[in-house]
Amino acid sequence: MAKMNLLQAINNALDLAMEKDDSVVCFGEDVGHFGGVFRATSKLQEKYGRDRCFNTPLTEQGIAGFANGMAAQGMKPVAEIQFADYIFPAFDQIVNETAKFRYRSGNEFNVGGLVFRTPYGGGIAGGHYHSQSPEAYFAHTPGLQVVVPRDPYQAKGLLLAAINSPDPVIFFEPKRLYRAAVGEVPEEYYELPIGKAEVVQQGSDLTLLAWGAQMEIVQKAADMAQEKDGISCEVIDLRSILPWDIETVANSVLKTGRLVINHEAPLTGGFAGEIAATIQKECFLHLESPIERICGLDAPYPLALEKEYVADHLKTYEAIVRSMNF
Amino acid sequence: MTNPNNATITTVHSAEFTSGHALSIPTLRLLKDDGTLYQGAKEPELDKATALKMYDTMVFIRVLDERMLAAQRQGRISFYMQCLGEEAAVVGSAAALDDKDMIMAQYREQGALRYRGFSLEQFMNQLFSNEKDLGKGRQMPVHYGSKDIYYMTVSSPLGTQIPQASGYAYAQRLRGLKNVTLCYFGEGAASEGDFHAGLNMAAVHKAPALFFCRNNGYAISTPANEQFVGDGIACRGVGYGIKTMRVDGADILAVYQATKMAREQALAGNEPILLESMAYRLAAHSSSDDPSGYRSKEEEELWRKNDPISRFRLWLINKGWLDDAADTEQTSALRQEILDALKVAEKVAKPGIEHMITDVYAEPTVQLQQQLKELKAHIKKYPDAYPVTAGRID
Repeated sequence: MAKMNLLQAINNALDLAMEKDDSVVCFGEDVGHFGGVFRATSKLQEKYGRDRCFNTPLTEQGIAGFANGMAAQGMKPVAEIQFADYIFPAFDQIVNETAKFRYRSGNEFNVGGLVFRTPYGGGIAGGHYHSQSPEAYFAHTPGLQVVVPRDPYQAKGLLLAAINSPDPVIFFEPKRLYRAAVGEVPEEYYELPIGKAEVVQQGSDLTLLAWGAQMEIVQKAADMAQEKDGISCEVIDLRSILPWDIETVANSVLKTGRLVINHEAPLTGGFAGEIAATIQKECFLHLESPIERICGLDAPYPLALEKEYVADHLKTYEAIVRSMNF
Repeated sequence: MTNPNNATITTVHSAEFTSGHALSIPTLRLLKDDGTLYQGAKEPELDKATALKMYDTMVFIRVLDERMLAAQRQGRISFYMQCLGEEAAVVGSAAALDDKDMIMAQYREQGALRYRGFSLEQFMNQLFSNEKDLGKGRQMPVHYGSKDIYYMTVSSPLGTQIPQASGYAYAQRLRGLKNVTLCYFGEGAASEGDFHAGLNMAAVHKAPALFFCRNNGYAISTPANEQFVGDGIACRGVGYGIKTMRVDGADILAVYQATKMAREQALAGNEPILLESMAYRLAAHSSSDDPSGYRSKEEEELWRKNDPISRFRLWLINKGWLDDAADTEQTSALRQEILDALKVAEKVAKPGIEHMITDVYAEPTVQLQQQLKELKAHIKKYPDAYPVTAGRID
């Protein structure tokens, strides 16, 4: 075990993957010698050479298309999109190409091994072009896998699983936690399962569901509810948005009868809506109160009013209490 | 059209490539480092008042940048971007325009904004995202914009303004306006698909857009030689059938003349023009960047000698238009003025909570109104957690 922050865990995962498999290649804007604007690819060019870790021209659609081509040839490109807010020029390549490569060719070709890494989320005074959480756009696309880690240990294991997956992955990294989240991480290679949620705290009164950087927010709300009101929350990290682990969430709600979902992205069209619809079907007769969604407002992410906008622990706590008192 | 392919067909009978470097575009330079003109160079028509306004704008931006980077380091603002080394490119091009020509900037062109009359208070209000900011405190610092002075609000995603400039200029032509759209972007942004789409559309649809590429050598850490292999950005204009000129971006007379000519040609010929300005981004990409990780101090020092302000200053002094001592005094007064304005702006309140939902649409939706109502009730319950807005909720 070693103490690592989330960036170091990602860097370590990339290092191990490149060491283990010559077909793993990392690239993106400023990814080469500089090691990326957040330094996630630090020292990789030095270690593995310019052919396997390099700067690209400033073109997200180019990066995504290039990655598709490399993966179709059988290599494992790990492409960085500098901010998730800048992934949209690549939307066509990802949604129409990455996601449908296997399907449209009748499995003649596929882009398994392709991973798009991209920092997402707010809380860094980034305004609307450096704070967005666009996971729901991609969750609407069959053929993609969408993964969001919450801490260094999860980040390393999930990223290694993503690189080793037979299907392409968009890997959203919570940039607010890049240096803030520090934890014990095994130094050796390990994978964590894609498509599996994790119960991070057992509880009996209410299920609290989130992913990525919101996990520490909902944990704070759960602690507050326990302390102030004696409410016992079962806290679940969804980890994979697509495919998502219906069974783990439904089993928990069958037990608690209550569900509060929290995400950073705006409410309308957010992934919480999909979860709520599925869980009300799976758990209809066991629900004690309406499923609550605590999300960003249906407005672009602000700058000066960031604190007011976000799905914080106080709003989550209020939802827990509302749900209990329904 | 010469044939259905819309391309010249000159037949040859032995196989041969045209070199990828067949085109080599020269760089216009009028002013030497010592402020005198090159032999044979003709200075553009420039009256004293305009020349001094250009100079004052460059100095203003230089001092503002120094002061505001320091303010960022002190934690007073969250982010900043300097124009250091490129002041002549930005101010020289802006000065060659009509006041009603549209400017669509990237994010480092505060000189153009200032030249158009954006006030010190307006700069500060945006930088501090306070309630007087025209953008209502929604964007990161340096994302300025003002309809009054024909300056489109800056957007962070790179290159998106390029095809927009083509469309805006096309609309100007359809409306019968004798105005152009000047579009700034960097050599890195020219790698985006939007660059290629925008130039081709402007050419095909005869839009009087001036595409002004600031080739400053770096896109954050990525040097231009890892960005493209061809001869700069200028050669691409020729590829799209667009008249093109390359100019020394540290020579304000050359930039002014090139842009003036480009503007006249765009209007006379109903066509876009590509200008490529060659200067050096002397500062870091932004306050979040540290160039020591990707370039040497020696390299920076080499380019520091190529200072666009001092070159123009010497020309003005040679002309007898600028008094050295008075200028130095004026600059130090400016420093104080900027500091005073900063202190005022940082005390102005942030925008009210209602601006969370205004301007998403022309009128807030029913859902947004409901969300704001709930948010206000929540803030009232936990006023200590939301100090920016709690005291001002009715």
